[in-house]
Amino acid sequence: MGCIENLKYDMILPLGASFKECREYVEKNFLEFWYVDPGYKLFDEYIIGLPPIALGIEDGKKIIFPYTKPCHGTYLLAVEDADEAARVRKTARKKK
Amino acid sequence: MNDLSEKNVPASALLVLGCPEVPVQQALALHIAFKFRKRGTAVHVTGNPAVLNLLKVSDPEKRYLPETSILEKCIKELVEKKRDPELCIVFAHSDAGITYAATMRHLLPASRLVVIIFGKDPEPLAALIDFPCEKIVEKAVHNPMQLRKKVNEVFGWAA
Repeated sequence: MGCIENLKYDMILPLGASFKECREYVEKNFLEFWYVDPGYKLFDEYIIGLPPIALGIEDGKKIIFPYTKPCHGTYLLAVEDADEAARVRKTARKKK
Repeated sequence: MNDLSEKNVPASALLVLGCPEVPVQQALALHIAFKFRKRGTAVHVTGNPAVLNLLKVSDPEKRYLPETSILEKCIKELVEKKRDPELCIVFAHSDAGITYAATMRHLLPASRLVVIIFGKDPEPLAALIDFPCEKIVEKAVHNPMQLRKKVNEVFGWAA
């Protein structure tokens, strides 16, 4: 996921958050959220995680998603991209 | 050597390595690769650049680990069905390791999945696993001997 690190992102939860903490945070703190499985392509990279992976959408254009690094754990990022948010709405699912 | 698992030697195996901060991981990876390759299994190892470089320095002639790739590339190949190992072994000593194991379970539903959970406090990590797999759990940081014994038992290898 090297290219995600090159995106302009906000860190919602810091390094070291557990994957389940990230999912619960998305479900509790964002009105709009979607579910995908590991291997889902986001920002041209395949995301990993414990299925189902929760993705939040804020203001219709900001995507909140988990990002895992082997040495640190999972942290939650927010990246603004209206086109990608629209694609998530078309390709992700509402139910776990 | 008459163990059932010894008879069912996989044609291909994928070793998924975590962060190299716990030394037993690299020792066990070389051990497992050696054992499988000796039996004719094609072994592929994936991990981050740091752990792969550690292994490459330890195996300059690629006797044990001829094929390696970084995690991102390997996951891409799995998603695109370009790689489909019969056996997948994931090393996990952190929440991230469990996350990778869950990802492998999803991407390789038909493969045998063995998760090796180790480090200073492996039991809570093992408890996070709620997907089908075989678990090898052992408190191990610097000394690989007990973990090697358990690995040998699971795969039906004499020490």
